[in-house]
Amino acid sequence: MCTHVNFHGDQTMISALRPLTRIGHWLATPLVPEAYLELIDPLLGAGLRGRVERVVQESPGAVSLQIRPNGKWQGAIAGQYVRLGVDIDGVRHWRCYSVSSGDAGRDDTFAVTVRAIQGGHVSTWLNRHARAGMTLMLDQASGDFVLPQGELPKLLFLTAGSGITPAMGMMRSLMSSDRQADLVHLHYSIDAENNLFAAERHGMSLAQGWTTHDLLTGTAGNNQFTAKQLDALCPDWRDRLAYVCGPGPMMEAVAGHWQQAGLAEQLKRENFRPALKAVAAGAGGEVRFWNSERVAEGAGDKPLLEVAEQAGLMPKHGCRMGICQGCLVTLKEGQVRDLTSGEVFGESGDMVRICVCAAAGNVTLEL
Amino acid sequence: MTAAMKLDSSLIEQARARRLPVDLTDAQVQQFGAEIEAVRKRIMDSLGENDARYIRRMIKVQRALEVGGRGLLFAGILPPAWLAGTAMLGVAKILENMEIGHNVIHGQWDWMRDPEIHSSKWEWDNVCPSDQWQHSHNYMHHKWTNVVGMDRDVGYGILRMSEKQPWHPAYLAQPVTNALLATFFQWGVALHDVEFERVRKGEKSFKEAWGQLKHIGKKVRKQVVKDYVVFPLLAGPFFLPVLTGNITANLIRNLWAYMIIFCGHFPDGVEDFLPEDIENEDKAHWYLRQLLGSANISGGKLMHIMSGNLSHQMEHHLFPDMPSNRYAEASVEVQAICKKYGLPYNSKPLHRQFGSVLGKVMRLSLPNRKPRAELATA
Repeated sequence: MCTHVNFHGDQTMISALRPLTRIGHWLATPLVPEAYLELIDPLLGAGLRGRVERVVQESPGAVSLQIRPNGKWQGAIAGQYVRLGVDIDGVRHWRCYSVSSGDAGRDDTFAVTVRAIQGGHVSTWLNRHARAGMTLMLDQASGDFVLPQGELPKLLFLTAGSGITPAMGMMRSLMSSDRQADLVHLHYSIDAENNLFAAERHGMSLAQGWTTHDLLTGTAGNNQFTAKQLDALCPDWRDRLAYVCGPGPMMEAVAGHWQQAGLAEQLKRENFRPALKAVAAGAGGEVRFWNSERVAEGAGDKPLLEVAEQAGLMPKHGCRMGICQGCLVTLKEGQVRDLTSGEVFGESGDMVRICVCAAAGNVTLEL
Repeated sequence: MTAAMKLDSSLIEQARARRLPVDLTDAQVQQFGAEIEAVRKRIMDSLGENDARYIRRMIKVQRALEVGGRGLLFAGILPPAWLAGTAMLGVAKILENMEIGHNVIHGQWDWMRDPEIHSSKWEWDNVCPSDQWQHSHNYMHHKWTNVVGMDRDVGYGILRMSEKQPWHPAYLAQPVTNALLATFFQWGVALHDVEFERVRKGEKSFKEAWGQLKHIGKKVRKQVVKDYVVFPLLAGPFFLPVLTGNITANLIRNLWAYMIIFCGHFPDGVEDFLPEDIENEDKAHWYLRQLLGSANISGGKLMHIMSGNLSHQMEHHLFPDMPSNRYAEASVEVQAICKKYGLPYNSKPLHRQFGSVLGKVMRLSLPNRKPRAELATA
């Protein structure tokens, strides 16, 4: 995780403030002082959050959001991603976006670049509605899709579509530091209009002596990786530390190729869109109980509470009819079906009423 | 064989419908239930941005009122500042407990997926810990509404609020007990879930009750230190005005919350039930019981907000997890459905509902006029 952040060691000031914070907690109980400070500025609220300072239209279907995080931010290393919590129609949605702006210290702003994906609720919404001044919820940056420390090996970036964003972050980081790199970059995009950051990338390439190939694939999509083309454009690919980020099929093609060459450990991958498997209407699935490390079969019409009880767990609960919220459990993975409405829903972190929800496909619960 | 079974089950169903004091066939009850369910679905499906804005603005207003009230109390040596500060803090506490806390703990805002406004995380400005309230209120009271012997909110274990509760001479003191409960309402609520009467009867272990008491103790300490120690001390020489202001604000909240809550289930015309009335109860009958067991308070927008929309107690009992700002809209439809099925819709101004509650407190302090031994639950 983030190891390089510019930590300001104001330890003396922090310890001087500690009694004040204590009193603040006594005064604010049962809430926290942040709940009141938030009245002055949303950024002073509890938890990590940020304000959008600038929205830049990068292409017809992609925007970059320049974000000013609050004091809880610990910084990001180029190539990492940040989870953004966005409220749409009153409902909070969390999505991961790669930091596209390079390294960011504790006091720095950072940017993410969001391309509107077809059917992508959050990405299309951000493209249409993101405005300067808006507050977003954040998680600390994470991910190991980053450049190695110390002297750099020869590098190869293979990116497609919005998969450019973490690579862009790393290139900007190289550009602003004085680290020398031997970099070849193959980037696939549908057409020139959607070829993100083209001008800036070519400028950096020229300045740093990198090799950049922009490959336009036409409407056939970004999945145009071929071994032949790789050999032609980057004959020494076997000698390079490779980074790949793009749509699933492209990633798989690249990973397969490296696997075949016996170079799998020389390839770093960044998945940024976990595919939700379509589930037949009414179908259940395997239910994993994370904390108790148990697995059970959950029928599509059987409340998860019953599945858990039959698996030998004793989840706390109340009414068993969906009204008292006494059985809420955090969903880790997968989706559930609300048996009272038939609605299938669920994102990681959702609180689910297990007395009236059944598995819709495989699910993992924090139980 | 098949025919006989069919007859049996239809007889059972008829008997079940008849147990609730309504003149409806089982098929009609089912249809009524479906129509109520449709109201719920329509409104729940339409939740969005405006609702989220409502609760966030309500929270902001409440916190600003609280900060303002506490600030004014620091100048509480001046009588107008004391009065205004106390009133603002009292209103803030009412909003926090009723329109915000009670409703958030019900999960009315869980759909927003905001952990700061979520039933699993909310802790309210009240000596009763939220998780305990969730058990005694959301589960025991909302599932078993007005079932004498199961819903412990019928008289809170200390008052006789139903003729079906057997009389005891201790109930002669009921008018006094009632006044004390109103004054110390938050404390009554906190101790409610400990179920001392069950501990006394040996149905509940002392150890379990002690665990609950310790849990309450922790919350009590924080609440008491905040209102009665830290804030008054911060005011320095004005310790006393701040202390009395805080005591008064808590008292205002206690009296008001007590009054609204008692108007929800105890006015005349509200039905109560026996455990055998609800055997094999399905969702439609549950809806019907919720409707018959609750009463509304009519009034304007301010009345609704200040009562945490418990002025729409019937709608709240039908749809406990529906955001409270939508009850007004639901009530129009529920009222129309009631009219269609000839069901009572008990909605009267506060003074009338509360007047009849006080009447009941007095009346039931004495034994039932006509002995109704067959109804005693003992």
